Amino acid sequence: MLLLGNPNVGKTSLFNRLTGERAHIGNYPGITVEERWGRLDLGGTPARLVDLPGAYSLSARSPEEQIALHSALGLDGQPRADLAVLVLDAGQLARNLYLLLELVELEVPLVVAVNMIDEARDNPPSPAAITQHFGVRAVATDARHGTGIAELTRAIGDELRRPTTGRVSIAYPPALLDDARHVAGALPAAWRKDAARDLSLALWALGSVDDDDELVHVPAGVRTACAEVRTRAAGRDLDEERIVPRYAAIDAALPKLHARVERHPPKRKASERVDRVLLHPVAGFAVFLVLMLIVFQALFSWSDPAISLIEDGMAALSDILTGVMPAGLLRDLLVEGVIGGVGNVIVFLPQIVLLFLFIGLLEDSGYMSRVAFLMDRVLKGIGLHGRAFVPMLSGFACAVPAVLATRTMERQRDRLLTMLVIPLMTCSARLPVYTLVIAALFPPSKVFGWMPVQGLLMVGMYVFSIVTTLLVALVLGRTVVKAHRLPLILELPPYRMPSLGVTLRTLVERASVFLREAGTVILACTIVLWALLAFPREPAPAPAPGTAAAEVVPAPAPAIEDSYAGRLGKAIEPVFAPLGFDWKLDVGIIGAFAAREVFVSTLGLVYGVGDTDENAEPLRDKIRAETADGKPRYTPLVGLSLMVFFAIACQCMSTLAVVKRETKSYRWPAFLFAYMSVLAYAASFIVYQGGKILGFGP
Amino acid sequence: MEPSRPSLADLAIRDVAVIEHVGGERAFRRRLMELGLVPGTRVELVGIAPLGDPLELLVRGSSLSIRKTDASVIRVGLAPMAAPEKAAGGAGLEPAAARGES
Repeated sequence: MLLLGNPNVGKTSLFNRLTGERAHIGNYPGITVEERWGRLDLGGTPARLVDLPGAYSLSARSPEEQIALHSALGLDGQPRADLAVLVLDAGQLARNLYLLLELVELEVPLVVAVNMIDEARDNPPSPAAITQHFGVRAVATDARHGTGIAELTRAIGDELRRPTTGRVSIAYPPALLDDARHVAGALPAAWRKDAARDLSLALWALGSVDDDDELVHVPAGVRTACAEVRTRAAGRDLDEERIVPRYAAIDAALPKLHARVERHPPKRKASERVDRVLLHPVAGFAVFLVLMLIVFQALFSWSDPAISLIEDGMAALSDILTGVMPAGLLRDLLVEGVIGGVGNVIVFLPQIVLLFLFIGLLEDSGYMSRVAFLMDRVLKGIGLHGRAFVPMLSGFACAVPAVLATRTMERQRDRLLTMLVIPLMTCSARLPVYTLVIAALFPPSKVFGWMPVQGLLMVGMYVFSIVTTLLVALVLGRTVVKAHRLPLILELPPYRMPSLGVTLRTLVERASVFLREAGTVILACTIVLWALLAFPREPAPAPAPGTAAAEVVPAPAPAIEDSYAGRLGKAIEPVFAPLGFDWKLDVGIIGAFAAREVFVSTLGLVYGVGDTDENAEPLRDKIRAETADGKPRYTPLVGLSLMVFFAIACQCMSTLAVVKRETKSYRWPAFLFAYMSVLAYAASFIVYQGGKILGFGP
Repeated sequence: MEPSRPSLADLAIRDVAVIEHVGGERAFRRRLMELGLVPGTRVELVGIAPLGDPLELLVRGSSLSIRKTDASVIRVGLAPMAAPEKAAGGAGLEPAAARGES
């Protein structure tokens, strides 16, 4: 069974009410779209209910939009649904009925849930009238409060036993029907049923197939027939001929379904009053800034105690293991590799949970659409969707939850572009690196007598990252993820009380998908990185107690320059030399692939100051004291080049793991890594070589 | 595009107009028409985003937002008080148009 409906009609709430237990998240075969389904208990006989993405109509131009049609009719590998449950918004019947007409025309067995009936209580549409007019079973529901769910379940059970398809009569122009018959003649056997449905499917093809659509599995014959029709119908407006009669049928039906047809429902008027404040040029932006500040603050600071708790817990766990297990390879693998890896995964949970909590509340209340409305002007110039704002902002805390948050955008292209630029934002893992470099290599002096150089540099790094992000978005949006010009069509749903239940459930779902799918990749990478630093083994490693677990750096094992990572660092020294880095920084960069802040502790190992953090003086002193040819090895110019490299390079396997999860491909994470690495190298090269030419020292 | 004909982008806030023709790229106009913006439909300009774009429209009891550049290819006529008919599409629109009833 399928659950379909327009966006913002309470489909997810209804899905949760109907299925009760946890939703299963899988993948549609062959395409990168997530399939969400749950079990529905119909008095002993379990049924599978698939939650389809929200859609205004069945016409499609991309594979994701095609799912609805294919699963409703059982075309091309999708199992045919026994029944479709169509969710309508009781307060916005006119627009919602369009989808009903399409489904009825295609003879899909249907049960209608007239949802959010509580919001239309002064002028409720009558389910009985809908049944009478369209010949399909209709039930009034209010998924938020659980009203009508039992009746809906009963109706679903009844209809599954003896499915009924509805009836509509739409007065299409004869010429269009002629065209449809022409296309219907080209339908393959698997798409045919009876004359009426063939005609409806032909109308779907006429409305969807284009020279430049991205549809899959449309038979060549159908494509040709559609092209023929388009040629011979030059001068006519096929879309208008198809859509206008449907709305005429809706307009004719509405007075029978409602006590009165409202052009401006009370719910809308109430929303508009709220919008007068929330979309006000001054007050609106003030509220917006405060809300975004709260989201940012939560990700940046409120998640800290939980993150520390996880890190401490992991450290305690590895201490225990170190205590009870005999020293050796297995213990090192468990302590440094496995526990470290698990720590690397669950350390993201506090931020993911917080971000999805906020996004759920913003989305559910209707405010997220207002964010898009407010910010569209700013983001459209660089080809990003207005809804990209919250994920981008989250990128300042951490790219991992931010990439997961791109899900709030409907179009894959918008999601992809946002995902590809988020890792350029200055995430919190870069801060320890900047702190160390700035404190060690730049003097605590002031410019213009009052502006501290060090603080200025930190601000400069933020500005640099914002500018880079915008420029890259601009370029990628016009090249790699170029799409047809994408006009914005944004719905501003009425404000509603957010439902914590739905939010929490989504949050648990997203967190468990992250743990299951991205987590395994992160764990595997941590173990590989551990092995790089821990091998080849020395004959008798001496254990160093009290090593923090969250870091992949092994305490005993080989001296770092003899490890594979060390050797690799030395081997690539010539590659990074033009950026001003020596092999010690290179080893740090290799270690930083686990997570950027690991750079600091890896450098600590390189310099033999043991486990350390960015504020420890010994490491800073060592870095300052490093000399080459009698002069300081690391100049401020090297520091700047290093920071620019860290600002751009994709030094984060966890980000790559979530991008792989969200795009369901290795291609995009590979591209992300490649473009960021190349860009980072080029930028650092320019900074270092340019700086040398300008005389800022070697 | 005929610059002399008023488009949705020419409306002032609270103006009500009737759609005459939806222009633009096929995928865009098809989606708009499927959302109910077919010729003959009453549209009210509810608001403009604080930064000047996009526009918020009221169509068939629901709210939709599109950008000004996209709105400029949707030709409209002035809404008469009652039956939606082809209105004189001459010069600019007077904001004295019919206010929402009901």
